[in-house]
Amino acid sequence: MSVDLEKILRPVDHPMPPFPAKYMTLASGEEMVIRQVERDEVPDLLRYVEPLTHVERDFYDVVAARVYSEILAYARHRYQDQYVLVAQIDGEIAAVVNGRQVTPKLGMSLHTVALRRGLRVGAHAFATKMEYHMDVLGHDEVLIVAESPIGFRRWMIEYQLEKRFDTPHELGGVPSWSLTRELFDRARDTLVVGRRPVPDKLLEKATAGILPPSDPPTPPADLLAATRSMYDSTGTALMSQRWQQEVDNA
Amino acid sequence: MRDVYVAGIGITSFTRLEYPLSEIASFPAMLAMQDSGLTDIEQVYVANMGGPRVNHQTALASAVVDSLSLTPAGAAAIENGPASGSAAIKEGFLAVASGMHDIVLVTSAERMREVNNLEATDFIATLTHPLAEYIYGVTLPSHAAMFTRLYMEQYGVTERHLAMVAVKNQNNAMLNEFAHLHQPITLDGILDSPEAMTNNPYIAEPLRFFDACPVSDGGAAVILVSEEIAKSTGRPLIKLAGIGQATDTHAVHERENPTDLLAVRRAAELSFGMAGLTPADVDVAELHDAFTILEIAESEEVGFFPKGEGHIALEKGETALDGRIPINPSGGLKGKGHPVGATGVGQAHEIVHQLRGEAGERQIAGAKVGFTCNFGGFGNNVICLTFVRED
Repeated sequence: MSVDLEKILRPVDHPMPPFPAKYMTLASGEEMVIRQVERDEVPDLLRYVEPLTHVERDFYDVVAARVYSEILAYARHRYQDQYVLVAQIDGEIAAVVNGRQVTPKLGMSLHTVALRRGLRVGAHAFATKMEYHMDVLGHDEVLIVAESPIGFRRWMIEYQLEKRFDTPHELGGVPSWSLTRELFDRARDTLVVGRRPVPDKLLEKATAGILPPSDPPTPPADLLAATRSMYDSTGTALMSQRWQQEVDNA
Repeated sequence: MRDVYVAGIGITSFTRLEYPLSEIASFPAMLAMQDSGLTDIEQVYVANMGGPRVNHQTALASAVVDSLSLTPAGAAAIENGPASGSAAIKEGFLAVASGMHDIVLVTSAERMREVNNLEATDFIATLTHPLAEYIYGVTLPSHAAMFTRLYMEQYGVTERHLAMVAVKNQNNAMLNEFAHLHQPITLDGILDSPEAMTNNPYIAEPLRFFDACPVSDGGAAVILVSEEIAKSTGRPLIKLAGIGQATDTHAVHERENPTDLLAVRRAAELSFGMAGLTPADVDVAELHDAFTILEIAESEEVGFFPKGEGHIALEKGETALDGRIPINPSGGLKGKGHPVGATGVGQAHEIVHQLRGEAGERQIAGAKVGFTCNFGGFGNNVICLTFVRED
């Protein structure tokens, strides 16, 4: 009797509860919709994320390569309990965020990749996925890491995340940080913003199709000349002194 | 003194430029030489503020003159804080006006994004008084915030006025291919919407994120020549008709009324006096809006509007592209960017561009008189330039 190998290879996939789409006004006055995407829309995301794997700036290459593999695995049923949200401005892709449920009370943030820069697009998208973990999935905490200094500033510093260094994160096995419910509640109304319901016209435009980014991040013109500014252009290392002092004082 | 004219201009994009500082200075210089058709440069001045500290580059003028194959022309670097650019133009002017040289290249460069934002902010803060300000943690944003608070109390300026400056200038920058910020903003997005406080948080209350200029890299150049040379180029005759420079106390708290920018007032008076013009004659101006409040304050001090009424003129649209006195059509420091040592030359570039009628969609129709205010320190070393199109 033959074995149905697919049943063995495919992880048990618990259906992710629906995320009620939301929208927010950006500094540009544009309205950005953030909504959940299902497997059938993943091919569009892959097409727009792939070029970023060649952008050796702010760790776009690493993040994009990982996002590509994660959402491809999601679409092909090779990733357990993952969800994917997309941020769109006038239909155009602005950010992709994803994460997964580890246990009914524990979430794991995977990635945030912004395809529009300078408008807190990534920060808004990250906040929205935390909202999904806390308010929809009902998690008590979410484990988080950052690959880039910008991510570290936006998550660890802005939310004042707690250390969970005894727990390796699924992304590279590096020590985890934690967004607890208390920290999340503290960030409501300041970092976690947006409105519901999304006006029909906005939502229709977003769901009609994911349009390509008009101004995606590009590689640096001159890698050698860029070397000094490539890895911490935000000064995140300096902002992180609080934790360094804790380590020094321990 | 001989009359002095601008025969050529050049500029880089103001953005993040990942090239050596000397190349950032050389590129606009080549464009200016190409623009003027002049290559027999006798003297080179290079404006820069942070090379030695930020880029580990000293003797910049020596590097630039060689990079441009202009040796054995004379060359010197000029450092005068954020007014370095206009200070270099002043030196160039004197070299030609005195009869010592006929063709002088003034170029400039800054590459601040080589370091992170905190280090860049600290670098700029080194222009404050070392014993009375810097050691207490004063930065330019905190200086500007205290200044803004006083201005609000004395003259009724509100956060909405500041946001109006930001929106105007950042949207002007959309029309400038050289500008750092090509991102339109709206009052709804940065002030009125439920998300505005997250989009535009306070950085030094009452100043918010969009009240500050970006940290930019960039360079700009002008070629200053005698009247005879200017006429030989066949380019429009743009005369550098007035230069005024003035200083004020280093420590801001030592000023009788810190909201009075006396150096701006004095520099503008000197510049207009030398040109034989008045503020009412100006068709287009580039003011030093490192923070939005500074555009309002400077617009009063240079004489465009009575003291305390700059924000009212702003409300009426008088400083818009189609207003009575358009201010910062380039986007200003707020939208075009602020590579500190190059900013003054960048302002001159825009004014010459405007007076030549070459500014494209942001062109001020029929502009004949242009004015710049390059605000060094926190208003303690200011240079104002007046340009006139003669033909």
